[in-house]
Amino acid sequence: MRVLYFALLRERVGLAEETVSPPAEIRTVGDLVHWLRQKSPQHDYALADPAMVRIAVNQDYARTDHAIGPDDEIAFFPPVTGG
Amino acid sequence: MTIRVQREDFDTAAELERLSAGNPRIGAVVTFTGLVRDFTSEQSASSQQSMVLEHYPGMTERQLAAILAEAESRWPLESALIIHRYGELAPGDRIVLVVTASAHRQAAFEANAFLIDWLKTKAPFWKLEQAGGGRRWVEAKTSDDDAAARWQG
Repeated sequence: MRVLYFALLRERVGLAEETVSPPAEIRTVGDLVHWLRQKSPQHDYALADPAMVRIAVNQDYARTDHAIGPDDEIAFFPPVTGG
Repeated sequence: MTIRVQREDFDTAAELERLSAGNPRIGAVVTFTGLVRDFTSEQSASSQQSMVLEHYPGMTERQLAAILAEAESRWPLESALIIHRYGELAPGDRIVLVVTASAHRQAAFEANAFLIDWLKTKAPFWKLEQAGGGRRWVEAKTSDDDAAARWQG
């Protein structure tokens, strides 16, 4: 699955995008966050504070209980500041 | 109904002209233009400031389309337009244009306020301010969430 990071989270992770293949027991966004946080200290730092992390699955807002699969595009980003 | 996400500036007068041309049912057009404010209160001159607007290509258009569809379902709009810029901007530059057109003013005013309130909390844009060698990501405001929340229910 494709994982995208934007703005402050992109800087903290040090990546704009990565392709990951988590094990089968990773079924929800919340599972994925837990799994990604173990990848590196940068991932852990970027995703540690739920209040600072918004989630989109296939470009729609999603909650941590949202189911995910190998073909999904999952994005993590801070609260938005446009307009 | 039109959505554009672009790096270039826009011409408000030309957009207004295009939007209402050939539709005699339009009796009211409301325009909101958002500008980059001077964001330092200290020494650094405006010329040394810049803002970089990052966005999530694809999701941005998708969210703006959803917001516009919601406005159309709530108010009798004849036409509507959202233009949002990204990339590097300076104080005074135009960032966003929201135009709503309807037969009467109330729908046009309300739909316009709804669109900009929701856009600020839903459209995936992030502002990075740079001035005098420093940089900081602008933090989301709870007042923006409150403004969007008044349209619920």
